[in-house]
Amino acid sequence: MKIRILFFASVADAARSRQLDLEVEPGTSVGGLRKRLERERPGLAGRLGKCAAAVNQAVAGPETVLSEEDEVAFLPPVSGGAR
Amino acid sequence: MTRVGPEPIVLEDALRAVEDPSCGGIAVFLGVVRNRHEGKRVTKIHYDAYPEMANAVLARIEAGLRRTHGAKAVYLAHRTGLHRVGDASVVVAVATPHRGEAFAACREGIERIKSELPVWKKEYGPGGAVWKEEVALRKPARRTSRRPAARSRRT
Repeated sequence: MKIRILFFASVADAARSRQLDLEVEPGTSVGGLRKRLERERPGLAGRLGKCAAAVNQAVAGPETVLSEEDEVAFLPPVSGGAR
Repeated sequence: MTRVGPEPIVLEDALRAVEDPSCGGIAVFLGVVRNRHEGKRVTKIHYDAYPEMANAVLARIEAGLRRTHGAKAVYLAHRTGLHRVGDASVVVAVATPHRGEAFAACREGIERIKSELPVWKKEYGPGGAVWKEEVALRKPARRTSRRPAARSRRT
């Protein structure tokens, strides 16, 4: 099944891309996808672990199982800023 | 009202958006680009965003400010793209019946934006550019009522 992946900020720089359409097996989880991307895309090795993931714009845990046409975004930490 | 995008922040737009005849207080926070960060000179900042999700997060924050502080009108906007020193990147404007809630709602609004919004900043200075990625985004806490059922039924 086909899913869409979005990258932002430092991760987009490392991936040299902001968007990727990918074919994955049914039953693939967010955690499984994270491992696959880190393994298959050299620029991403070690970079997705610090990111939160969002599925269809809602933050989702690694156990979340993906569905056809899902949009999965890897969200690096934000700046937060001093108060 | 919420907005995430490259359009400049316009203070008058924020004030107009929170006009409400039942409100006696309007508090506004404007975040602008500073020329230093942790002792280092900053010349410009680029803001990247996940706009669709950021708008949904701003809408959630707006709902929270209405519920928790009784805000009658809320305007939350974050600008994306390249900013020079002095440029406004974020605005929070809230209207409430009295001033106490206006300040409290405004403070909560900007703190939540800083920690929950999927917007990232890249600081540029004489030494190069660096993404500031320090606070992990989290799943929002569920808003279930923590009041025991027995107590809520007591009259």
